[in-house]
Amino acid sequence: MLEIKNLHANVNGKEILKGLNLTVKAGEIHAIMGPNGAGKSTLASVLTGNPAFEVTEGKVIFEGKDLLELNPEERASEGIFLSFQYPVEIPGVSMVNFMRAAINEQRKYRGQEPIAATDFLRMMREKKELVEMDNKLTNRSVNEGFSGGEKKRNEIFQMAMLDPKLSILDETDSGLDIDALRIVANGVNKLKTPENASIVITHYQRLLDYIIPDFVHVLYDGKIVKTGDKYLALELEEKGYDWLK
Amino acid sequence: MIPRRGTLINLQVIMNNTDTNNRVKSTSTSSVKQDGAEFQYIELYSQHHETIKKHSAYVLNEVRDEAFKKFCTLGFPDSRLENYKYTDLSESLTVDYGLNINRVRFAVNPYDVFKCDVPGISSYLYFVVNEGFYPVSTPRNETLPQGVIIGSLKTAAEEHPELVKKYFGKLSVKQNDGLVAFNGAFAQDGFFMYVPENVTIDKPVQLINILRSNADFMANSHNLVILEKGAKAKLLVCDHTVDDVRFFSNRVTEVFVGENAQYEHYKLENVHNKTTNLCTLLVDQDTSSSFLGNVITLHNGLTRNTVEIDLDGEHCETLMCGMALSDKNQQIDNFTSVIHNKPNSHSSELFKYVLDDSAKGGFTGKLYVAKDAQKTQAYQTNKNILLKGTAKMRTKPQLEIYADDVKCSHGATIGQLDDKAMFYLRQRGITEKEARLLLMYAFTADVIDNIRIDALQDRIKLLVEKRLRGELSKCEGCVICK
Repeated sequence: MLEIKNLHANVNGKEILKGLNLTVKAGEIHAIMGPNGAGKSTLASVLTGNPAFEVTEGKVIFEGKDLLELNPEERASEGIFLSFQYPVEIPGVSMVNFMRAAINEQRKYRGQEPIAATDFLRMMREKKELVEMDNKLTNRSVNEGFSGGEKKRNEIFQMAMLDPKLSILDETDSGLDIDALRIVANGVNKLKTPENASIVITHYQRLLDYIIPDFVHVLYDGKIVKTGDKYLALELEEKGYDWLK
Repeated sequence: MIPRRGTLINLQVIMNNTDTNNRVKSTSTSSVKQDGAEFQYIELYSQHHETIKKHSAYVLNEVRDEAFKKFCTLGFPDSRLENYKYTDLSESLTVDYGLNINRVRFAVNPYDVFKCDVPGISSYLYFVVNEGFYPVSTPRNETLPQGVIIGSLKTAAEEHPELVKKYFGKLSVKQNDGLVAFNGAFAQDGFFMYVPENVTIDKPVQLINILRSNADFMANSHNLVILEKGAKAKLLVCDHTVDDVRFFSNRVTEVFVGENAQYEHYKLENVHNKTTNLCTLLVDQDTSSSFLGNVITLHNGLTRNTVEIDLDGEHCETLMCGMALSDKNQQIDNFTSVIHNKPNSHSSELFKYVLDDSAKGGFTGKLYVAKDAQKTQAYQTNKNILLKGTAKMRTKPQLEIYADDVKCSHGATIGQLDDKAMFYLRQRGITEKEARLLLMYAFTADVIDNIRIDALQDRIKLLVEKRLRGELSKCEGCVICK
């Protein structure tokens, strides 16, 4: 599904990713761990086409397409979803309008008709239940006045609505209490199919108790320095990152 | 379809038949202030003031010469004046406009010609065509609550001279503004609304100012709105242009909101690029009254809104909002003053601009808190988005506070669309163009939220969206444009 080869990327002229390689196949969950500043969030930004980041070298192939040639909305419509570490508040844009616009734009990209109003509302209702999201939240502006937990839940709700092939969860666990964490993780697990894949970026092993990864990678100084199974996460939790240097 | 051609020919015929007196153009260029734009109007007034007075009412004429004298001293405001720094009328004033001082009626009934573009709005509907109140009404206006008077200012001044005299000019004569003085000299008629004590007008009242002429044209009108103690009313003023000539409209509206009265004033401007639209809105609020003003400029040429709200009682509530969506070479200047003369009142202002191309915006928020106006709370916000480097915005908060126990704040921002929000929307598959639209639309949402007539709010939402999409390159609402 996704193949990253020798990826180098800069932000503000500073090199953050220094030759990263990663292959993700359908049905897999990859966890990426690593200390602060290793480049975890940069990887998420680069894969989704954030214009603040500059790719200087390397290749990213997604479902046979050169991902780096596509703009952010095209990547999204191809099926890449990012659950933001810091979801943005957009006062004045209602959740309903936002979701309808997103779904219809993606459908347009794929040459499909806009979604029927009744189907859309049914879908909203179903997916809200999945993440146990309050009705009141979807009547508000995007993330405006949401608590940290509500924002993260809203990310998973959007993921459910958009049904991506590859979802990247950027520190979705940060700022969540145990209950919220379980709800968010549950949502992710329910959305898991043999056809989609996830990249889970996290600092802590805790999230991986709920979302069981097939692979755990350690990102250090812009490169993946170690890859293992879910037990690697436990080892990291115990020993820290220093022993990998 | 609208008999556009017929309409115009009619107008022309009337004008031609009655010759120069109907539509006086003064082209004299001799003598004193030869270079000033004022000169031709001063001469016009000197020659024709009898005619002007003949076609107006005594109450209005009483202060006319005084206003004229004031205009002779002040002249038209130019951008050297502090209060007109962001409004440059010099180009507009080079045009040789015609005036209809003989009050020749238009042969066309606007009720037939003009279809309101706000679907589902149920209103009492009135027209001012150019400078005069259109005298024929519609059956749906007959259900007005008892005691309410809505009609021509001139007629009201003739039929209820005591009532009109009590209020007319009380706010405008205090203004030290050349445009207001000019209006005082030339305005012969306008819209009049009187709501008696404790009467609520159930539906919004809608006043449509239509500008139509076959030659460059100037319109001056004076509106007077009076709400007695405990009265409630909403007025929606729509400015439209119909013909493709240069227009110069200079309107003054005086509003008196009595004790405990509640008044909402909406102004929706949708005029073509060749229009110079100058509006002065003067509001006087009595004890415990509430006022909501919302001036929305969707499409314009050069616009100046001067708003002055005097809080002359305690416990007043004032909310003044406005927004402008401008592109090309459009200019919009909102000059607002809120004057707290008495303690314990709340006021807030919210103005938003989205400027594209070479549009120029100006905002002044003058706030005056008198020495005795303790416990005043006054807030002011002006936020602006410039979509291109060539667009210009000037914003100026101006606070004069003489009381020492008050809460006042002001804030102004000029910026671009939020990059983070843009990326967030795009990451969900929304194209850059669509994301920009959503954000621009969202930016104006809180101003639109302050429209408390549902049908109007829905319509404005749609018009704003269309405007932002660039589908509204002409003014909408006038059927003739379509």
